[in-house]
Amino acid sequence: MSILSRAALIHDASSRMTKYDFIRRVNWGKTAVVAVPALWLAVFFFIPFLVVFKISLSEAAIAVPPYSALLEWDLEEAYLTLKLNIGNYLYLLEDAFYLDAYLSSIRIAAVSTFYTLILAFPIAYMIARAEGGKRALLLALVILPFWTSFLLRVYAWMGFLKKNGIVNEFLMATGIIDQPLVMLQTDFAVYIGIVYTYLPFMVLPLYSALEKMDMTLLEAAEDLGCRPIQSFFLITLPLAVPGIIAGCLLVFIPAVGEFVIPALLGGSDTLMIGRVLWDEFFLNRDWPMASAVAIVMLIVLVLPIMLIRNGQGKEETV
Amino acid sequence: MTSSQPIDLQNSTIASASQQPLWKQEGAEPFLRIENVTKKFDDFTAVDNISLDIYKNELFCLLGGSGSGKSTLLRMLAGFESPTSGRILIDGIDMAGIQPWNRPVNMMFQSYALFPHLSVADNVAFGLKREGVSRSEVKQRVAQMLDMVQLGHLGKRKPHQLSGGQRQRVALARALIKRPKLLLLDEPLGALDKKLREETQFELINIQEELGVTFVVVTHDQEEAMTLATRIGVMNHGVIVQTDEPHDVYEYPNSRFVAEFIGSVNLFEGKVIEDEPDRVRIESPEAGATLYVNHGISCAPEQIVHVAVRPEKIKISHNRPQQQDNCIQGEIEDIAYMGSLSVFRVRLPNGKEVRVTQPNFTRSMGDRFTWNDKVFLCWDEESSVVLTA
Repeated sequence: MSILSRAALIHDASSRMTKYDFIRRVNWGKTAVVAVPALWLAVFFFIPFLVVFKISLSEAAIAVPPYSALLEWDLEEAYLTLKLNIGNYLYLLEDAFYLDAYLSSIRIAAVSTFYTLILAFPIAYMIARAEGGKRALLLALVILPFWTSFLLRVYAWMGFLKKNGIVNEFLMATGIIDQPLVMLQTDFAVYIGIVYTYLPFMVLPLYSALEKMDMTLLEAAEDLGCRPIQSFFLITLPLAVPGIIAGCLLVFIPAVGEFVIPALLGGSDTLMIGRVLWDEFFLNRDWPMASAVAIVMLIVLVLPIMLIRNGQGKEETV
Repeated sequence: MTSSQPIDLQNSTIASASQQPLWKQEGAEPFLRIENVTKKFDDFTAVDNISLDIYKNELFCLLGGSGSGKSTLLRMLAGFESPTSGRILIDGIDMAGIQPWNRPVNMMFQSYALFPHLSVADNVAFGLKREGVSRSEVKQRVAQMLDMVQLGHLGKRKPHQLSGGQRQRVALARALIKRPKLLLLDEPLGALDKKLREETQFELINIQEELGVTFVVVTHDQEEAMTLATRIGVMNHGVIVQTDEPHDVYEYPNSRFVAEFIGSVNLFEGKVIEDEPDRVRIESPEAGATLYVNHGISCAPEQIVHVAVRPEKIKISHNRPQQQDNCIQGEIEDIAYMGSLSVFRVRLPNGKEVRVTQPNFTRSMGDRFTWNDKVFLCWDEESSVVLTA
């Protein structure tokens, strides 16, 4: 049975729509509207992805561009050879360094995401409960840091955290410590950098989830015997889950591949895949290896996220 | 704090049906006592020194327009607001300082406030689970409650998959499952369409009688209040202006506000000329006649009062009737045919407009009225009320 006839059958069975409706539904205007973003994604995401994937299967070469071609024509022998080099991927598996880098990236991203969530939740909650005018102001304040260059703000943190920086000066002046703390070039500094930078990406989805919540639900919970802390865990938190997931993804995904923050604030032992990628690309000039690192990172990130999304979608349709 | 007695079908409403209702008995103990309660929000006084006694098994309606303070009063009973001054006693216990989660009171919210992430059964079970009732008992009581509101088959649904009427039942079941001593209902039928509202009204009364819970209902809908209530408290500007049984509130309003708020009414301003114990004579230029009312009032002679006559109590006729008193003449200006009854707007010679309703007894009225007919409007002495306030 063709798809069309099956669709028509389902159609007849499930609704009172006529054939005319079905025909009319093939709407060119609608198709065009969807086509624009689809084309955009194809040109600026899918094709570059294929290019990177292609490079990852080639070999590094001293040439311009610095990798071997996949297809080789031998006109005399009438031979077309396709050379796929999976050596880069095998090397990724063999060398524990890369695995460490992936795991360390995920760990740092996960820990920072957790702290961002803990910090962002009360902020989002407060904004969602604030009155009209005040709420707009608070939201503007959340977005305000974006008006300054991201790079400058990370540099500013270097000023705060360095040995004779503001934080150390203050702690010494108040007599809390007598030796300056080593904060810069540690994982701690990377956490601070990520949490600080990505906080708005957590606050905004949380805010939009919390803002939608009907306050009488909390009164209803209290009326039914919940103390405020219970109603938070039984009502507020479950209703904020979509916001929590969205916020965590928005923070976690870019944090895994973060390069600038570990480069500026992290130490030499802060191992993150973004830096590995940079080094492969610009120091080793090994484009195929760098591409393989990038592809694997994408798979490591995208697969679990797709699973989460899928699970969410199913839950909503039940 | 909620009693865990099984539902008592032989409750005292049935037993006391033959006796006087509690609120008419001298010295009866009120179940809910509101004592001089005032609630101020900054400068605004939402509830102004209200005292009210509500008795066990009553279905008491607080009726008022928006901003009359009825919802604030209800929220104080639930514990969401605390009185600025005054006391609230439920079953003899002062509620001051008792948090909502510790009160023997449950509330059904106007928006229903169903938890969107929980199934119908989990919504209903919510209150029981917080009490630490055993899992099997929760299950059994939820099933029982859902059956009572005829939703036994929908326990697994989420609230957004229900119709408005079904949601209302879930909200009711959820509020009743803890067997509260006092159930507060905020506009319980407000979100339902007219047909459903009428059915649900009677269901609500049945459930209330079956469970023997005292209900306090807040509503702005006078029809709802009339059908549901054992007694109605009419509120205006933070004050209860009249507390009475529905019949008395309608037939014997104590003020112009109540007369006009409940149902529609014709008011004629006039001056008391003769005040006898069983008959008052009032000169009313507004009616263009002398009006008689057959019940005494306590007022100063020559006092300006209002005579209130309900539109359905006025007889309309083409011919001059036998009756001499309480008869005025006018011209039909407008007719609204409403199926079961017709509404006439009659203009008096002095410009005053009088509203008259007549049931449509037959399909075609022999004595059919039409626009610009000269008609006589008459009513009995006992049909009108003198209002001094």
